[in-house]
Amino acid sequence: MTAPVAKYADAFAALDTTGAPGWLADLRSAALAEFNAVGFPTTRNEDWHFTSVTPIAERSFRSAKPSAAPTLADVLAATVGDPSWPRAVFVNGRFEASLSSLKTLGAGVRVGTLADTLKDSPDFVAAHLGKLATFDKQAFTAFNTAFAQDGLVVRIAHGVKADAPLHVIHIADAQAAGCMLHPRLLVVAEPLSEFGIVESFVSLKASEYFTNAVAEITIGNGARVHHYKVQRESEQAFHVGTVQVAQGRDSAFHSFSYAAGAALSRTNIYSRLGGEAAEVRLNGLYMVDGSQHADHQTFVEHIAPHCASRELYKGILDGHAHGVFNGKVYVDPEAQKTDGKQSNHALLLSGTARVDSKPQLEIFADDVKCTHGSTVGRLDDIALFYMKSRGIGAESARALLTYAFAAEVLETVELDALREGLEKIAFERFTQTEQ
Amino acid sequence: MLKIDNIHARAGEKEILKGISLTVNAGEVHAIMGPNGSGKSTLAQVIAGHPGFEVTSGSITYGGDDLLDMDPEVRAQKGVFLAFQYPVEIPGVTNAYFLRSAYNEIRKANGQEDIDPMDFLDLMEKKIKLVDMDPAMLHRSVNAGFSGGEKKRNEILQMAVLEPKLAILDETDSGLDIDALRVVSGGVNALKRADNATIVVTHYQRLLNYIVPDFVHVLAGGKIVKSGGKELALELEAKGYDWLVDAA
Repeated sequence: MTAPVAKYADAFAALDTTGAPGWLADLRSAALAEFNAVGFPTTRNEDWHFTSVTPIAERSFRSAKPSAAPTLADVLAATVGDPSWPRAVFVNGRFEASLSSLKTLGAGVRVGTLADTLKDSPDFVAAHLGKLATFDKQAFTAFNTAFAQDGLVVRIAHGVKADAPLHVIHIADAQAAGCMLHPRLLVVAEPLSEFGIVESFVSLKASEYFTNAVAEITIGNGARVHHYKVQRESEQAFHVGTVQVAQGRDSAFHSFSYAAGAALSRTNIYSRLGGEAAEVRLNGLYMVDGSQHADHQTFVEHIAPHCASRELYKGILDGHAHGVFNGKVYVDPEAQKTDGKQSNHALLLSGTARVDSKPQLEIFADDVKCTHGSTVGRLDDIALFYMKSRGIGAESARALLTYAFAAEVLETVELDALREGLEKIAFERFTQTEQ
Repeated sequence: MLKIDNIHARAGEKEILKGISLTVNAGEVHAIMGPNGSGKSTLAQVIAGHPGFEVTSGSITYGGDDLLDMDPEVRAQKGVFLAFQYPVEIPGVTNAYFLRSAYNEIRKANGQEDIDPMDFLDLMEKKIKLVDMDPAMLHRSVNAGFSGGEKKRNEILQMAVLEPKLAILDETDSGLDIDALRVVSGGVNALKRADNATIVVTHYQRLLNYIVPDFVHVLAGGKIVKSGGKELALELEAKGYDWLVDAA
């Protein structure tokens, strides 16, 4: 399916690349060439078997134009988290300095836009951009690399522990209709540092647009990074997001992916455990209704020995919604003593909702412990009976148990303000009352 | 209060209760004993309305009404309470929220207004002392990560807050150490009134040293094979169940 991508040639030619170094121009051209060569994936591609991106492929999205910024109150009202957190706000894909607040990050954490960092530290960007999120055969990563106009670069110095998480807010307003947004995030956590980042994707107005985000996170030896992704796009929008992580020895990466928005969403969370005794935890919750489609693909590459991976994904599906979970684990012959555990549990609230769950384990080392479990079901009759036996009516019992199903994985969100905010959303969604 | 008349019940194809009759009046404590598989837990669960059992014949009336015609929540709203043998974990829903929801639903069903949240906190603080539980447990998820003993105490806390007319304790003593057994029994005894009744289902005579029954019934093979006073429990302790089971 190569034809649909040729239509982006004009948009590519029209990009403002003033001041971009030669290597970046080359990278973008190579990415566009790859995008044209591979085309959008079809369901014949094993990685996209359960998710058809035809609705994205058949549309022609245009580059977003600068527009008037929404008010800070509108931005904060649309997001979940602590308003006092330092924040970087992107409106329709462009950094909006007037809404951002980066002063409280503390010493040792440097945050800048991609454009600014290219001026200040071109070598640093050259050393990291596109190095983890390679675009070979990856149409969406190629698409982003070719078109990413703005983005954020975060550097955490050796041994620094950031006081507060950084909230990166991607907001789409009415002007986003018909547009494509290609945000890019680059995080480099130097050895022994600790850092948390929340990426929120929200919309101020229901409209049809396409977010195609790519994040690259390098975690040095002994460093710890928490990444939270909160995808609450417009329910008419399309969202593809890739988070590509490389971990050093004794490092930790904790990821939580929340997906409740978009007509069609696909989230890729990939981590490569390249140093001994690294630990990765990938958790997530998707809650979809109507005709929404939410797909998660995780990939943990155990390259070094003594590493541990833990995954817990939960889905709650109503209406005609379709959920997909594909958890891939690769264990290299060198990765002895790997300890991997993966589970995906889905709850179907209607007879027409559907979930496809596909664990994929490729294990080439012999002394490893890897398990996976997957359940698709309805509410537990005994738990329902327990609640009813306390006088709680059938409908309330169902609502509370549905919320409890979500809360079990939301409990693992370590940022209090984020966890409480998401719990509140889930509680009100399923019980239709305020907490 | 409760009149069970020749009840037969099955789980799937398997008939478990094969004709049980029992009358419980206000103010009484009945102990149901018997070997494993005798049907004693099934009887407790059938009274509460467990969906896994089907009553094939017989009747149960409660306060003059047909109990089997009521949904489990209606039974609870009318004062039936089952302390579960295996309490269910509900992650994400705090004990306090769960108890207040149950308390208010029961009030609503009985034509009363919701309790003021502050008044409810006072009530819980008072009740939690009965079972010697850490008040911090109120803000933890229902039974999630609780030890066996903590779960059983939590059942009795729920009973203390909901103040049922008919409380059924399904092997509440199983897996408790002596100290926990004393606390749990003390809680049950403190809730005893002239206008409520208790059915204690147990495998061990030991519990009946703490909760003294007015009547003891021995179940075997889905039937009551012997009934008597509290001295029957002592006889069972000395002689075991075999002489009754064989006679049946």
